[in-house]
Amino acid sequence: MAITFPFSAIVGQEEMKRALIIAAIDPTIGGVLIFGDRGTGKSTAVRALANLLPPIRTVEGCSYNCDPGKTAALCPACKAKLALGPDALKVREMAAPVVDLPLGATEDRVAGALDIERALVHSEKAFEPGLLARANRGFLYIDEVNLLEDHLVDLLLDVAASGENVIEREGLSIRHAARFVLIGSGNPEEGELRPQLLDRFGLSVDVTTPQDISQRVEAVKRRECFDRDPDGFIAANTAADSVIRDKIVAARARLPVIAIPDAIREIVAGLCVSLGTDGLRGEMTLLRAAKALAAFDGEDSVSNDHIRAIAPAALRHRLRRNPLDDSGSGIRVERAMTELMPS
Amino acid sequence: MTDGLPAPDPWSDACRAVALLCVDPTGLGGVVVRSPAGEVRTALLERLRSGFLSTEEGSTKPPLVQIPAEVSAAQLLGGLDLEQTLALGRPVATRGALARANGGLLTLAMVERMSGAIAAVIAATIDSGEAATERDGFSERAPARFGVVALDEGINADQRPPAAIRERMAIHLDLSGLSHRDLSDIPAEDIAAARARLAYGVIPESVIEAFCAAATMLGISSGRAPLLALRAACASAALAGRSIVSNEDVTFAARMVLGPRAKHLPPSEQSSEEAPPPPPEEREDDNPSPKQNAEGEVKALDDVVLAAAAAAIPPDLLRLFQENSQRASRAQDSGKSGDSKKRGLRGRPIGSRRGDLRGNGRLDLLETLRSAAPWQKLRRRHAPARDAIQVRREDIRLKRFKDRQASTTIFVVDASGSTAMDRLGEAKGAVEMLLADCYVRRDEVALIAFRGTGADLLLPATRSLARAKRSLAALPGGGGTPLASGLAAAEKLADEVRRKGRTPTLVIITDGRANVARDGLGGRERAQNEANDAASSIRAHNLKAILVDNSPRPEPKARGIADRMGATYLPLPLVNAAILSDAVRAYNAQPVSGVRR
Repeated sequence: MAITFPFSAIVGQEEMKRALIIAAIDPTIGGVLIFGDRGTGKSTAVRALANLLPPIRTVEGCSYNCDPGKTAALCPACKAKLALGPDALKVREMAAPVVDLPLGATEDRVAGALDIERALVHSEKAFEPGLLARANRGFLYIDEVNLLEDHLVDLLLDVAASGENVIEREGLSIRHAARFVLIGSGNPEEGELRPQLLDRFGLSVDVTTPQDISQRVEAVKRRECFDRDPDGFIAANTAADSVIRDKIVAARARLPVIAIPDAIREIVAGLCVSLGTDGLRGEMTLLRAAKALAAFDGEDSVSNDHIRAIAPAALRHRLRRNPLDDSGSGIRVERAMTELMPS
Repeated sequence: MTDGLPAPDPWSDACRAVALLCVDPTGLGGVVVRSPAGEVRTALLERLRSGFLSTEEGSTKPPLVQIPAEVSAAQLLGGLDLEQTLALGRPVATRGALARANGGLLTLAMVERMSGAIAAVIAATIDSGEAATERDGFSERAPARFGVVALDEGINADQRPPAAIRERMAIHLDLSGLSHRDLSDIPAEDIAAARARLAYGVIPESVIEAFCAAATMLGISSGRAPLLALRAACASAALAGRSIVSNEDVTFAARMVLGPRAKHLPPSEQSSEEAPPPPPEEREDDNPSPKQNAEGEVKALDDVVLAAAAAAIPPDLLRLFQENSQRASRAQDSGKSGDSKKRGLRGRPIGSRRGDLRGNGRLDLLETLRSAAPWQKLRRRHAPARDAIQVRREDIRLKRFKDRQASTTIFVVDASGSTAMDRLGEAKGAVEMLLADCYVRRDEVALIAFRGTGADLLLPATRSLARAKRSLAALPGGGGTPLASGLAAAEKLADEVRRKGRTPTLVIITDGRANVARDGLGGRERAQNEANDAASSIRAHNLKAILVDNSPRPEPKARGIADRMGATYLPLPLVNAAILSDAVRAYNAQPVSGVRR
């Protein structure tokens, strides 16, 4: 693992950090899209998130990160091992995977394909799992997501929708679980994102450069410190990072008991109606995200403040899009909230 | 206060800048050299090369790798080596250019023509310091830390390197004004000693503050800019043999790093900017900074940095930005449209299928090997003499492509006075409506407006609808109706679009009452005749067109033009949103895709 800038040392960009933390608490929210100017720390934040994720328990040697606790959902290899006896499955703890999907990747490496080496040298038909397998139960990060080739986008949409990667090629017929939180980042100048892909993301945040000089100075100073002495800088921030990690772990545990008052449900429904968001996905995501936020804050139930904090990220990319409306969709969400929740 | 600054000599600045790059290639990212190929550039690159190689330790030379603008992802990142794989009968990987450049210099030739997708791969490598390859069955992370030399041979303002590259290069040099007479002898610095000294001594906090403040004042939004300026200042200090960054280092860094990135002049000077801009030197002199009397040193340093950066702003840069805020910036466009060009021509690969090579098919080598692989043991038994991999005809797989035939809708808008202001508003409304429709279909749009004496291409084909909207909103009205010029411009653009493998559709919004001829002179009759000719020419080119008549009641002249073009005629008073957008969609829905080999 490359050395990464600590999450807790990122200056400002509160909305982006909040969205990433929420995705870490509740993976069912459906991922985070981060759009914004160059040099605003988008990829820094995503890479930093990797160090905040609590480790997961997997079957040792499994290419798909199978969960030993869920025997029904094991991959064929793990099932075969399990059949040998209860001790055959060795369990290990590993860092939750945060897999980079680099630009220029080919489809065979993303989805997995016939292992050419084994095929050529040993004449064996074996499947070599791809990045989707590696990302199972973790995060899949695509930087410059709007530059991703269309056929890869199609593949990702398929897999993200079904949670399963199906390979039918080269005489292979394989399916394996591929559930991951999709994180995408990009610069809007490079082109628009396909609406279908946009819709896949649970939360969407816009990042801009802070115009406050003292914040910029602080950001440059920290980066400079980090570049000069990465280990020392990381060590100095370990405590702050682990506070966030502990809060994420605690929030995950508390998630099932967080209550959503009926009044809040009504406000959320009213918000979605007045904004004309398509379908129910916006409403559900907003409620889930607000729940995760309440859990992170250590509260028992969702309040107006949680809705206010997360509604722009949950809804801004779902508004019936008028691509010509320059007033950011975030502002439209804020406007609707002020009407429905006079503070 | 800027009196103390010596007048910067561009050639010595450039030499010093490349020396900085030799001292800290990865920290500074690299240099963008804007200049046509020629003596000056050669001389500078030679300095860079010799300075860089002077640091070599032992016998291993740092690699110097050059890549062309049309480089493919396979060349950058590596992949399967066909010859070796076939010869050895096992997969052999090639190393990509990025991994080969590790520890050296990567030169990007004609970077202004590089596509956004390729630039993004290089940018990701610069950021992470490693080339991430996930291709052709190989998965590798190879260290790739290098300094970049981006050679920008763009001539006009539209031809610029991809923003992702410019952003990460600390130093932006423009040599276009220099000639060989300016090449004075500058003693070479001791790079190796400077590198050893570059332990990043103590950086006063005031320096960081000064860089950040100057960046904010100059409208530079990226957080990388002050950081790169800081590193340039450190490298400059190391080169001069200092352990602490001095004022001189800071002003040099501001001049080299912040100046070329400025989006506008600092606010205090901006008010005088309303008038045609005087040359920058004068402006500083008559403009003592208002907050100078505040707390001493820090402010003073801020001002020094700002003045140094402001002095380095190229005079035409501001004009460029002013223009760009009205027109949409065309520079950024290069990324996505370059991609779609290629895709349009070749189609999107949609897998492969069995076939033979005698036709025009393109071999899908990887798939071919995959289909041959399981049989190798069996085949070897039959032909044991051959130990290389045995590929037979039934294994051959060909690539299949699907033509996307993406369409580009070209809006040709009459913004003349005869289209009175409110009608222009309606026309804009109609275009916006269609734009929204294009968004759904992911079409490209382009915008041409004609008024006064000629036609302007306001927006080249783009997918960014926000930009289309902006340029439309900024469209002024008034003047004559040079319809012929408008139609001719549309035909020319449609031709270009076609050559990129896309299908153009013209949407012309006018009242058809031409009164300005193509040479810009008035004369109703001649103008009308020319317009008719232009319309016939559009028909002769077999272009799909829709003419939206936006006169208050249906106008026979517009109808006539539409008929000559073979265009669908839609009088706006009778047309509503749905009909208009249906008409365009019906046009675009004509033969869309086909599978070819």
